[in-house]
Amino acid sequence: MTVQLRPAGLRLSDMARVAVTGMRARPLRAFLSALGVALGIAAMVAVMGVSASSRAEIDRTLQLLGTNLLTVGPGQNLTGKRAELPMKATAMVRRIGPVTAAAATGAVTAKVYRTDRVPTALSGGIAVLAADLNLPATVGGQVHAGDWLNPAAARLPTAVLGSAAARRLGLERAGNRIWLGQRWFSVTGILAPVPLAPELDSAVLIGWDAARDIGFDGHPTTLYCRSEESQVEAVRSVLAGTANPAAPNEVLVSRPSDALAAQRATDQAFSGLLVGIGAVALLVGGIGVANTMVVGVLERRAEIGLRRSMGATRGHIRIQFLSESLLLSLFGGAAGAALGWLLTVAYAFSRDWPPVVPTWALLSAVAGTGLVGVVAGLYPAVRASRLSPTEALTAP
Amino acid sequence: MRDSAESVVEMDRVSKVYAGGVAALRDVSLTIHHGEFVAIVGPSGSGKSTMLHLIGTLDRPSTGTVRIANHDVSRLSDRSLAALRSSAIGFIFQQFHLAPNVPILRNAADGLLYSGLARRDREERARIALRRVGLGHRLHHRPHELSGGERQRVAIARAVAGNPRLLLADEPTGNLDSVSGAQVMHLLRELHQGGTTVVVITHDREIAESLPRQISMLDGRIDTGVPA
Repeated sequence: MTVQLRPAGLRLSDMARVAVTGMRARPLRAFLSALGVALGIAAMVAVMGVSASSRAEIDRTLQLLGTNLLTVGPGQNLTGKRAELPMKATAMVRRIGPVTAAAATGAVTAKVYRTDRVPTALSGGIAVLAADLNLPATVGGQVHAGDWLNPAAARLPTAVLGSAAARRLGLERAGNRIWLGQRWFSVTGILAPVPLAPELDSAVLIGWDAARDIGFDGHPTTLYCRSEESQVEAVRSVLAGTANPAAPNEVLVSRPSDALAAQRATDQAFSGLLVGIGAVALLVGGIGVANTMVVGVLERRAEIGLRRSMGATRGHIRIQFLSESLLLSLFGGAAGAALGWLLTVAYAFSRDWPPVVPTWALLSAVAGTGLVGVVAGLYPAVRASRLSPTEALTAP
Repeated sequence: MRDSAESVVEMDRVSKVYAGGVAALRDVSLTIHHGEFVAIVGPSGSGKSTMLHLIGTLDRPSTGTVRIANHDVSRLSDRSLAALRSSAIGFIFQQFHLAPNVPILRNAADGLLYSGLARRDREERARIALRRVGLGHRLHHRPHELSGGERQRVAIARAVAGNPRLLLADEPTGNLDSVSGAQVMHLLRELHQGGTTVVVITHDREIAESLPRQISMLDGRIDTGVPA
């Protein structure tokens, strides 16, 4: 009556129960070794989340500011002197078909002080610029306090301060006077920072006519133009020739949104480094899990012997330790992913960014911990399964 | 219907030599029939433990043949031996080997973990077995809430839950006081009367003599009382 002796397979639910029981028998140790994995995963998820959020913020800013602003700045002429644009440059640029708006600023050589008592040397690096009235509308500038120049005020000694210039002059509200080009100008407004034209932040802006009164020659130095989004590159190619037909090589055309986009790329390089650090933490966490499992095998020889006597095959023992290691690691991974997500949300919230945690980051976190769990558990599991039943049972 | 003359354990000129040349068993032959209640008795170092390992199919003989439930142990793979243990042999150990913090119902049911039965069936059989050993009212207690004797009864329930043809008890009373020990022996006697083949491995002559058959071990041989 010889019957076929074939060991029964273990159900998945039983496997999970055995693994959970093994873990719960030493909760503190399980917690500590899962913690190592959790910290690695949390670091990686948070880094990826924060950098994704910052990129989302830049995208949002770009969306808001538009990527269709082009700047025409003075280059250098052949003799190395700072070139300037012809008087009619703004009008010429406005005539380019897809251009929807154009505004210019012209550098005024005057210096600006808080009062007439400040020594002339302490000009604070604040530029004085003559500005077209449609400048804020063109560059996407917002008035933070007071008002922008109006056609009447532009002829009078009135000024609007860039955000940094206002800070340097110690002015927070409109209504004060400043000492500009040896005369008093009243401040009518202060601009909010202009991300696409940061040079305006440290400038004092005055009307074109008021500028002439203090010795401005009327040549624009920088020209801002908006065009239809789809035609930006086309406009860009003709912009130099249009703005300065006599010497197109003396102008520099740039797209300020490119600088913001470039910031995004550097951000990515930086987060790559941090993800690397997170990966090292994860590796260390994995070693912690492996260590826990190796110690567990040594301590649980009697249990292994008992299981073998109850009919567990080597495969059963192997899968038991492997699934326990996997579970330990996955718990750590899940906790780490949640923690990383929380960190990202908290950080994004503090910076007023849109919180973004990429799904692929969460998925790769789970996949990563799964891999760590299996790799960490492999050696201990094989060791446990190779233990002979008699050796296991005679262990103290 | 099992034939009572059918052998459960057959050892034929079995020797076991461990690495290093230590001969734990020398030329042992014996047969244990179905329904027997046998003590394997001897001092430490007599080869009792090796007998336990060989009869329990936890180890293979160096020479000779061991047949358990008509299977030649030497010819079976490790996997097949595991399957044989899960279906035909129940073990009881001196140290009980219960999982701490796990209710005794689950402890007993885990004796069938590798049998292929569904969890519900395992627990049903464990419940019956626990009732049989008089612990039907304590199913959800944990081992540390029980006395030593009760723990050993849980271990017995775990061993018999699958109705094995052979029950192997290794010093089952070794960790118990005399009252609990007597209860455990009484329980084994009941199981024997219920038809289970029971082999008790012990160093305690008194216990051995209370059983219908004794196999005396000395220096790796069966001690027949005649000097070798």
